[in-house]
Amino acid sequence: MKRLLAGCVLAASALAAPPILIQNATVLTVTKGTLTGSILIRDGKIAEVGEKITAPADAKIVDATGQFVMPGIIDCHSHIAADSINEGSVSVSAMVGIEDVLNPDDIAIYRAVAGGVTTANILHGSANSIGGKCTVVKLRWGKDAHEMIFEGARPGIKFALGENPKRAGNPSGQRIGAANVNARYPATRMGVEDVIREAFTEAKAYQQSWKDYNDKVARGEPAPAPRRDLKLEPLVEVLEGKRFVHAHCYRADEILMLLRVADEFGFKIRTLQHVLEGYKVAKEIAAHGAGASTFSDWWSYKLEAFDAIPYNAALMTRKGVLVSLNSDSDELIRHLNDEAAKTMKYGELSETEALSLITINPAKQLAIDNRVGSIEVGKDADLAIFDRHPLSNFAKVEKVYIDGELYFDRANDLAERPGHENEKKKLLDKEKEQQRRTAPGPARRPAA
Amino acid sequence: MKRLAFVLLASLPLLAGPEDTFLIRGATVHPVASAEIADASVLVRDGKIVGVGRNLAAPKGIRVIEGKGLHVYPGMIDSGTQMGLSEIGSTRESVDTGELGKYDPQLRAEIAINPASEHIPVTRANGISSVISLPMAIGGDGGGRRGGAPPSVIAGQAALVHLDGWTWEEMDIKKSAGVAMRIPTILSLGGRLGADLPSGPDGGRGGFTEAKKNYENELRELREFFEQARRYQKAKAANQPGFHPDLKMEAMLPVLEGQEPLLIQAARERAIRDAVQLADQQKVRVILADPKELGKMGPELKARNIPAILGPTLALPLRDDDPYDAAYTLPDQFFKAGVKFAFGSFDNEFSRNLPYQAATAVAFGLPHDEALKAVTLNAAQIWGVSDRMGSIEEGKWADLMITDGDPLEARTQVKQLFIKGKNVDLDNKQRRLYEKYLARP
Repeated sequence: MKRLLAGCVLAASALAAPPILIQNATVLTVTKGTLTGSILIRDGKIAEVGEKITAPADAKIVDATGQFVMPGIIDCHSHIAADSINEGSVSVSAMVGIEDVLNPDDIAIYRAVAGGVTTANILHGSANSIGGKCTVVKLRWGKDAHEMIFEGARPGIKFALGENPKRAGNPSGQRIGAANVNARYPATRMGVEDVIREAFTEAKAYQQSWKDYNDKVARGEPAPAPRRDLKLEPLVEVLEGKRFVHAHCYRADEILMLLRVADEFGFKIRTLQHVLEGYKVAKEIAAHGAGASTFSDWWSYKLEAFDAIPYNAALMTRKGVLVSLNSDSDELIRHLNDEAAKTMKYGELSETEALSLITINPAKQLAIDNRVGSIEVGKDADLAIFDRHPLSNFAKVEKVYIDGELYFDRANDLAERPGHENEKKKLLDKEKEQQRRTAPGPARRPAA
Repeated sequence: MKRLAFVLLASLPLLAGPEDTFLIRGATVHPVASAEIADASVLVRDGKIVGVGRNLAAPKGIRVIEGKGLHVYPGMIDSGTQMGLSEIGSTRESVDTGELGKYDPQLRAEIAINPASEHIPVTRANGISSVISLPMAIGGDGGGRRGGAPPSVIAGQAALVHLDGWTWEEMDIKKSAGVAMRIPTILSLGGRLGADLPSGPDGGRGGFTEAKKNYENELRELREFFEQARRYQKAKAANQPGFHPDLKMEAMLPVLEGQEPLLIQAARERAIRDAVQLADQQKVRVILADPKELGKMGPELKARNIPAILGPTLALPLRDDDPYDAAYTLPDQFFKAGVKFAFGSFDNEFSRNLPYQAATAVAFGLPHDEALKAVTLNAAQIWGVSDRMGSIEEGKWADLMITDGDPLEARTQVKQLFIKGKNVDLDNKQRRLYEKYLARP
């Protein structure tokens, strides 16, 4: 009982954080237009949005005169905070998961927050046809790995097509079977399709074995339980719509291949990732209902990226595909707003369409749009405040809130720098002092 | 009918004068060398700017381009690319950026520039009218871009070219704008995402001790190479019997004589110090390439008039505990230190994003005018061609772009681009694919 009470008190004190009123801002809600006014944050949620909001007596006032507030940016493809991403020894590594290797100390998290990002889909790499289980996180810098996980977000799985999985099959690029080539199936796009079809054929049989078992149990018949298969379980979840497929792909042929394999086995591709030639098969992507998460303007770094065009996001949008822009990079994640601005140049998307690519659209792709992705009453108070319109290349982030908590404040960051410098110097001095004390003579060196 | 249209079109230039003679009228002109002028004109004759300002009378019969609501800027200069030398980064057959051998000052990038590269029209479409095209893996991702060669010290001659021409000869502005090299370092930035790696021929597998030994060896070799070049210079001047020409040594003469700068890749403060020391010891002109920090080197660079080509502003800090905006503020640090700089993308794929590199520097402190200079006039001055390009001034080439706004903003559209007064095609592979697939039923 005491314990329960203590729990209640704790919860109450967390809830007791005073409301925050952001005033005089240009509010880019993304879904409900733009207004000049205020946002009231209460208990980590957006409580009110309007031109005039009376400040509650206990509210903390944030004056955002001349500044722009947008929903926290969502990156549908990132590897930040992931300690390792490729289990490259097999081409179906569905048994491994990002959740087990989340590193909350990765400085890339803070840097991403400083770019206005509040949520990211953390994926495996692309060495494998089926890479592993991915996790959606909120960038709650300073919290532990568990507290970063986006509560209730549907888990995903990473697939990869094209050059990367087939290169992993034939890393030297030489003729298959040549000396020194440590070959691993698949080494062609044909093989990649086969690996995925074989895996789902197995998964279907595995699913059936459990169904048979459960039926027998229901009828009261004695039956041995099937052996659990940790590789096939996530694939059964895919078949049952409980796990989203996020598939790395480039070329139109392989995109179409995957859509047809999914049709054959009766599941959906939730998002096509990178999908640089998505514009060539936009019709088919829209018909399947897959989302597309692409780069703004990457191209030519490899052969399968040679037909990539910066109009990809706009063209797919015009053809009815739900599109987002992703980073796949610790660096690019810091300026996804700049990337969104490029779609106004290449394909002439509107401001709202451009902003949607990094907010509400990725939220919908990850099925978390009931919580994040726009500034609406009842949604999480995940907000980024910019000193100018975020689609201007001259804009920079001033403040970032996640669940109504301030996770980045440029003024604080600047103010804390001298202190950090001092601390670093002290640590370095201490280390030097330590070395002097422990070294018996000048010739001593640390062991190699 | 078609034929008639063709005849009419063909005869049009006759009516309107030569293609590279025209007047842009009623635009906001940004000469860069001086303050912007509203409602102004630029008069171009035979590819050169012959008048800038308000109330310029249109010579009779001249072709007039209405610029109402539009802006005129000098074409931008990317001071570091591998344009025409590399088509697809990961495909060895399409990469000619780095030759085998450690000291190759005789190699000329210009003659390997593929004028039909798809990168050229893509880059040009965003208002970049000329580039430095460099040999070696400068700022790149190692293997692929270098064509798989181990890192050389002196990689060859960088070329300054216009992004227009049927041949590299027609693109030429300066065959050798500088000799590109890297200063030997203990730590390289060769790792993925810029991670530190001990440098060395073994790819750093020997650890720090090996890397340090390698660093000292390379610095010694470099000094010896210069000494050899000086002996050659003397021998050549003495013109004694038995003298044999040597192409490597010949290529060093313009450097020793101060006619050509060394373009030295030096990322860290320590490497910059070594580069400055090389300049002092060898009494040569130096341009820094892709420095990633300034440290305490500002006064040293300023005192020697050593300029810098700054790499991508949108980059990660060097170290985990650096301020998150370290790369964003670097251009302003150079500006405040009084060190002249221009921007380079050190890339082909993202050369077109050069103006946004400048824009981020503005967000983090650099004055807007300085950012604009760093993609135009400063570059021309650093490469020694400011008598011909880099600003909208009488007597210079008409390398001009017409935009609907500030070119440093991504949403701005480049409407027209002129190179030496010639209106160049802004169409490219990507635009064609866009139109083709937009029309797909």
